[in-house]
Amino acid sequence: MLGEGILKGMAETAKNFAGSFVSVDRLTTVEYPEQRIPTFENARVFPFLVYDGPDWAAGLRCVACQICEKECPPKCIYIEKSQGKKPDFVGKPQFYPTRFDIDISVCMSCQICVEVCPFEAIKMDTEFELATDNRFGGLLLDRQQLAKSNEYYHQIHPTEATEVDARLDAEKEAAAAKAKAAAQAAAAKAGEAAKAASAKPAPPTGGED
Amino acid sequence: MSIAETKTEKLDGWNRPPTMEPEGEGELLEIAMGPHHPSTHGVFRMDVTLDGERVMRLKPVFGYLHRNHEKIAEGAAYLASMPYTDRLDYFCSLSNNWAYALAVEKLVGQAVPERAQYIRVILAELTRIQNHASSIGFLIQEMGASGTPLMYAFREREKILDLFESLTGSRMMCNYMRFGGCRVDVSAAWLASARKVVAGLPAFVDEFEALLTTNEILMARCQGVGVLKPDLAVNASVTGPLLRASGVNYDIRKVDRYGIYDRFKFRVPLGDHGDVYDRYMVRVLEMRESIRILEQALPEIPAGPIMDPKAKIRGFRPKPGEAYGRIEAPKGELGFYLISDGSPNPYRYRVRPPSLINLTILEDMCLGQNVADVVLIFGSVDIVLGEVDR
Repeated sequence: MLGEGILKGMAETAKNFAGSFVSVDRLTTVEYPEQRIPTFENARVFPFLVYDGPDWAAGLRCVACQICEKECPPKCIYIEKSQGKKPDFVGKPQFYPTRFDIDISVCMSCQICVEVCPFEAIKMDTEFELATDNRFGGLLLDRQQLAKSNEYYHQIHPTEATEVDARLDAEKEAAAAKAKAAAQAAAAKAGEAAKAASAKPAPPTGGED
Repeated sequence: MSIAETKTEKLDGWNRPPTMEPEGEGELLEIAMGPHHPSTHGVFRMDVTLDGERVMRLKPVFGYLHRNHEKIAEGAAYLASMPYTDRLDYFCSLSNNWAYALAVEKLVGQAVPERAQYIRVILAELTRIQNHASSIGFLIQEMGASGTPLMYAFREREKILDLFESLTGSRMMCNYMRFGGCRVDVSAAWLASARKVVAGLPAFVDEFEALLTTNEILMARCQGVGVLKPDLAVNASVTGPLLRASGVNYDIRKVDRYGIYDRFKFRVPLGDHGDVYDRYMVRVLEMRESIRILEQALPEIPAGPIMDPKAKIRGFRPKPGEAYGRIEAPKGELGFYLISDGSPNPYRYRVRPPSLINLTILEDMCLGQNVADVVLIFGSVDIVLGEVDR
């Protein structure tokens, strides 16, 4: 019969139309600014810099190694290395960035900077409401705007942040153990040296010519 | 029919000006469809010469979306090109990732762990389903069914994109695969939700078919329109559903058996007439076969690492050599050709985009058809301009 296919299709749309009133998972409209769909844990928007402790400037994990600057595909990261050093989380003196800017109008959220960072210093944010009326300065984020606390990182990516913390703690412990062993070795060496010095026979005192 | 059986000596209408004669007395009319024609889903121009309603000549004009992808890749590290491959065919970023990763893995002889292979197959087949569903939706929309089938397709696509986002962090720009594996592991919860989505897909395809397959208007518009002969399709190196709709049995998943496709049972749907309706039908059947692959792959995914321990992220310098990696992307054969000179950047980086090469045959399919059918034939090729112009 001609028109049978069309009627079959119309029955399908009628079924869907009726279904949209009864089935709960079909009511998908979200009134955006008031209501929000929670973001996925793995979601990524733009990078941020992690800091430990209360002071962002003192606690930045970044050591200005400039690997992310080099590996960034669209080259949107600008870093200037400090002259002096400050102690990092294990107490080792490290450089720090005096300038760390990300141009988020260029950034394409690929998270390669996160993957190559050996210090767990740069991570992906989930904040997406970044509209600004200044298209140049407003989209060039400096290190103060990029710095977010480790607690914030735990809040947005709990699983990943816990893994990172475990890794850093292990590193810290290893460093502490190494420092302890080194101190012990140094002490032992010093003790031995002292012993050797005391055991050494006294130099002969001046003979006569 | 297989490729070996096709004739190669006669190239009707290919590579030379069309030999159509105008009917009657009237003058020919030359119009530019595009670059902002709504049917192009991007920026693409067709210079069409018309005799009344009949198409006498059609010249496709590419390049409005050229982004210098290949040259940028030659100046960047191997890994840095991975996020750019997402932006070729932005509907199927995971297939593009796989093709590029496959080429680099061939170049350096990198092994891929079992679990990562399964994840790749699952993601590639999910990509194929959402690409075919939305490409059919666009095709029907160009026919005048303003939105209903497209919205049905997008409803399903949204579920698959949610899976992609919860795994890779991004809906479309996934940047997920790495040389020697994948970036993050799939969780048990993700696999459970993937199984749930896949369990709902056969009902969607049934619904889609009830809506469209026997629809008389669709049949009247599509059957016998834009016929592509198998000889011509093979000679123009057309691949993907467009080639299989013409009846040529050529699927790289079967021919090349890259990854672990030899472990799954699936059939390759073939068309008989090579018209727009066959292309629609081949895509619907391919969705069904993809669901079959997913049903086999999801339960038997093994535990284990997702990255080869020898894989390197930084300081990646392949030995001098060349490699060509190709996969059956949803739109056809997607290949990456790489030449390494031992430096951290590829010496030559070449993409073989299925969209561009399938589009070169557009004129031959459109000659003698009505101008309204050009839009339909163009839609049935299934292109993404990001991949055509790169």
